Amino acid sequence: MSRAVILRAVGGRLSLRLERRTLTATLLLALVLAASALASLSLGSQATAPGEVLEALIHPERSEIALVVREIRLPRIVLAILVGACLGVAGLLLQGLVRNPLASPDVIGITGGASLAAVCFLALGGAALGEAWLPLAALAGALAVALLILALTGRNVTPARLVLIGIGVAAALGAGTTLVLVLSTDTTAMRAYVWLTGSLYAAQWGEVAGLAPWALLGLPLAMTLSRRLDVLALGDEMAIGLGTAVRGTRFALLLLAVALAGASVAYAGGLSFIGLLAPHIARRLVARGHAGLVPATAIIGALIVLHADLLGRVAFLPRDLPAGIFVAGIGAPFFIFLLYRWRR
Amino acid sequence: MLNTPLTRLLGLALAAALALMAGVASLAFGATTVAPASLVQAFLAPDPGSVAHLILLTERLPRAVIAAVVGASLAVAGALMQTLTRNALAAPSVLGINAGAMCFVVVASSLFALRSPLALVWMAFLGALTASLLVALLGRERGGGLSPVRVVLGGVAVTALFVSLAQGLLIIDQEGFESLLLWLAGSVAGRGLEGLKPLLPFLVAAAAACVLLVRQLNLLILDDELVKGLGQHTGRIRLLAGAAVIVLAGCSVALAGMIGFVGLIVPHMVRALFGRDHRWVLPGCALLGAGLLLAADTLARFLMPPQEVPVGVMTALLGTPFFLHLARRRSLAP
Repeated sequence: MSRAVILRAVGGRLSLRLERRTLTATLLLALVLAASALASLSLGSQATAPGEVLEALIHPERSEIALVVREIRLPRIVLAILVGACLGVAGLLLQGLVRNPLASPDVIGITGGASLAAVCFLALGGAALGEAWLPLAALAGALAVALLILALTGRNVTPARLVLIGIGVAAALGAGTTLVLVLSTDTTAMRAYVWLTGSLYAAQWGEVAGLAPWALLGLPLAMTLSRRLDVLALGDEMAIGLGTAVRGTRFALLLLAVALAGASVAYAGGLSFIGLLAPHIARRLVARGHAGLVPATAIIGALIVLHADLLGRVAFLPRDLPAGIFVAGIGAPFFIFLLYRWRR
Repeated sequence: MLNTPLTRLLGLALAAALALMAGVASLAFGATTVAPASLVQAFLAPDPGSVAHLILLTERLPRAVIAAVVGASLAVAGALMQTLTRNALAAPSVLGINAGAMCFVVVASSLFALRSPLALVWMAFLGALTASLLVALLGRERGGGLSPVRVVLGGVAVTALFVSLAQGLLIIDQEGFESLLLWLAGSVAGRGLEGLKPLLPFLVAAAAACVLLVRQLNLLILDDELVKGLGQHTGRIRLLAGAAVIVLAGCSVALAGMIGFVGLIVPHMVRALFGRDHRWVLPGCALLGAGLLLAADTLARFLMPPQEVPVGVMTALLGTPFFLHLARRRSLAP
């Protein structure tokens, strides 16, 4: 037992067993994330030294670049971290839920629902109502789709049915999105398209404030549900034998995944592949068990989005390309690598 | 279900009549309606001065021919795939083969400026092949067989991969935005017959392969053990049928972009009518597939006038309830 640390709350109602390997990996990942965030803060159309950036953060009144750092770069970076963490954990929950390593929010139509709602909103002239309503529309779309999938799955929610029905719904939603895009004017279509690819362009503190509650509630909740995921991984019969209310647990996990994915899609558009990639990378780095996987997945998801956004911002100056392109660009080769490993 | 050869022949004749009717409707209806008399006249004695004849011969006729070819190819490809994978949900669009072909075509035309139809169709074949290999890798179970759910999930993942790559290109290459959007959505509008000509040898070869394989394909329905016991090798049959699928799907994507669900719906309808014998299923699929796409394309002109709905969107909206129905069934065998 020397390889694990056990934390117990007073009274022993809550305890947490942490493998040493998981702890070190998570700490290292957190350090990398902090370093990346600092690097990302100092890079941009005008690069600044990390020292000046820290100065601007701590004493904004003394620094000349305080505005750039605190109002333009920082919200974008915080949003990238939150979005990546939420999407990664949503993917982890879904993969555990359906016991299939290829499930992710984009596969079963949650991202599709949010996208269709957002595109409809843009095409119907919703922009006149104000930007603030777009995330709400997207979130409503994601929730509606999750309920639709549950309704269609009916009583016997087996993982396979859930995924297949999600796939069918996702296809219809994709067709609907394309329809709206083709029928709307060119400028709206282009704007909607950039949104669909996933972009953090011009992120503001307001958006961070919109997403933060979801992340701050959802991620700890995912931690507490992680033990249920471990039990579900043993198979339905074993889980029932161990006293788990399988159907209720699945429902709760699904809703949580939808809330996390829907909220992040609402604020950053349809970033794909993160829900697929982050859990896989995390599984390689930390020991078994979802309690360690949740934080590691969250940090890795955040790292992916942060770096993709940094690349989009810096690599093709003066153009600011959507982060989604780079996530797909990194995600695709990695995905093929996963296929190769998975087969053996 | 039609059980005797006579009723089945009648059924095929009926399917042919339906396809023909859909074809005539596709020629006659649109923004301007062409009267039947004028339709006949346009073919027998075309009048170069008549606008109706001009529309008919230069726009509607190529469009109808392409819709028919694409519909038939996709439906036959779907039937072959369902037999090959023993999976009711298999179809070129569901398993990502269309997306692979589309992505390769888009990359070739926008990054490498390839324009000749022959080069593009080879790219489409390459994309279809890549996608199907990826899906086969993904769908493989430990025992060596293909798990239906895994195959479908693999198909979705592969579709996501190729579509997001193509979308990334769309955003970088904004000038080609509109034409690329139509690749993604799937449309038979505005594509001339000259694009079809270089594909004809491939389509004929695929059709010939289907005709030659039709009896052997029936073997694939049987249990593997049984087939081995009968002293038959299925490896070569599978390889040829797979090649036919790739050629058919690749050609249809090169002609019309990603058009989904035709390959899913039609084989199921045909099997419900004719049973599982491929000697009847394949011709039935070709006829009804052509009819379905022609009808969907004609309907698409009237859904939201004055704009046309891309036919790929139409088939996806028609096909989804069907897919959901199949997914909710207890067994995923075709």
